Amino acid sequence: MAILIIAEHDNSGLNEATLHAIGAGTKISNDVHLLIAGDGCAAVVEQAVALDGVTKILVAEAEIYADPLAENMANLVASIGNKYTHIVASSTAFSKNFLPRVSALLDVSLISEVVDIEAEDIFLKPIYSGSATATIQSRDPIKVITVRATAFEALKGNGGGAVVESLTALDDMSVSKVVGNHFVPSLRPPLPSARVVIAGGRGVGSVENFLLLESLGDKLGAAIGATRAAVDAGFVENDLQIGQTGKVVAPDLYIAVGISGAIQHTSGIKDSKTIVAINSDPDAPIFQTSDYVLVADFSEVLPELIQKIQL
Amino acid sequence: MKALVAIKRVADHTVTVRIKSDNSNVDLSDTKMVINPYCEIALEEAIQQKESGAISEVVAVSVGENLCQEQLRAALALGADRAIHIETEGNPEPLIIAKLLAKVVEAERPQLIITGKQSVDSDNNQTGQMLAALLGMGQGTFASKIVIEGNTALVTREVDGGQQTVSLTLPAVVTADLTLNKPRYASLPNVMKAKRKPIERLQAEALGVDVSSRTRVIRTETLGRQRVGVKVTSVDDLVNKLKNEARVI
Repeated sequence: MAILIIAEHDNSGLNEATLHAIGAGTKISNDVHLLIAGDGCAAVVEQAVALDGVTKILVAEAEIYADPLAENMANLVASIGNKYTHIVASSTAFSKNFLPRVSALLDVSLISEVVDIEAEDIFLKPIYSGSATATIQSRDPIKVITVRATAFEALKGNGGGAVVESLTALDDMSVSKVVGNHFVPSLRPPLPSARVVIAGGRGVGSVENFLLLESLGDKLGAAIGATRAAVDAGFVENDLQIGQTGKVVAPDLYIAVGISGAIQHTSGIKDSKTIVAINSDPDAPIFQTSDYVLVADFSEVLPELIQKIQL
Repeated sequence: MKALVAIKRVADHTVTVRIKSDNSNVDLSDTKMVINPYCEIALEEAIQQKESGAISEVVAVSVGENLCQEQLRAALALGADRAIHIETEGNPEPLIIAKLLAKVVEAERPQLIITGKQSVDSDNNQTGQMLAALLGMGQGTFASKIVIEGNTALVTREVDGGQQTVSLTLPAVVTADLTLNKPRYASLPNVMKAKRKPIERLQAEALGVDVSSRTRVIRTETLGRQRVGVKVTSVDDLVNKLKNEARVI
């Protein structure tokens, strides 16, 4: 039977995370449908039609789906949910917002942050901020899951040939409305898909000192991240937070600067290929989860590193 | 205006969890248990809204075994006016908790329901959204700011790339993010006073909710690769290793 993937997009292109969700979906079924709810999203549909592995694309176009509220998005997905054995989305802020509503409306459980699929009804997910992994079997007729983008390969290939079908938009639930978006434009790659991530902790000490990380980031084309402590201290915006309550990253190179290494942070970086830690404290716990450690004052070694890295 | 806050009893996040030798589950015996930190933020918000005059009563609700009354007592010491304990066996999954909370909401008719965005044990991030859907209410998840204006709540949400502000028609469900506030500590006199505040007990079955699990934990284990932590002596050494050994730059 068919499974349904929920696309995340900005009406002009698919979010990279959706390609990973489709990748996870192809492990469950070879009849993968993709729901695109948007407004003026023809470019997204065009991109999706070309994708390998997707058999059908459902398009719901209406003003209420331009920047969809969780309430409206959930009602739409739930209205077609009974036709599927699985409903899959990437575990981003977008999906976490509405997918639990879909589950509740369909009266089935939701398994969050899936990192591996053992069978069509058996899923692995981290618990206790990644200290442990639970293998969970679902008895529900419809399995609703969110998957971590870093744990599944993005769907590659442009075989194409999916059929496109229109869905009728539902009425606005009218219990909420968006009154404003405040997005900070960034020229850096998004954290979950960045090849290099430079992250700072409380030890970085100030907003000004974070500029040193930014300079190194510029040199390496890296995304900038932070620990909860650094966010709490006001050094950077909340959406740069990596770890249990923030984003999960799995870059080729992760450089931890002034990060002590609490499990709440390291759970979000442990799938990185190479981890480098720079900390002046020789006993910092981060060293136990790193490949290379440099015991040094970051304010002295970062300028040298910026100068010596030749790409 | 009444606010209802959901409270979950969880293992203290600063304690390293152990896994039972048969891998059936985590071993929480002798583990310090606390209010889930996000529930604490949710409760603090309700208390602050009460202090500012927007809310008149704060009701704390917890679902679970008898021991979760410890966390309800702690919530009363922090400033909740009264508490409700829905007794269940074990640790029900989010959908069941949401259904039980929905029954309490139907009886109590709060205008604002605040939950933590996730609990630090199962890390699910589901209950608040499920509760809102079951009640047909609007929701404001991952809240960093809540402003109550008459019959609406303006909720600023932490989303990818920045913040979004939504206007919710009350009653509504809000889930608390880290940046919403800094929870207070309970003072000793308030801890003493909390002992006299009421905790109402309800049986899950009596609320007409099917509490049987839809999911089953097959095993629990620690996964992940060990890293060696090679000490590098200089920036030159580091650059050399990244280039020639790890081959990542």
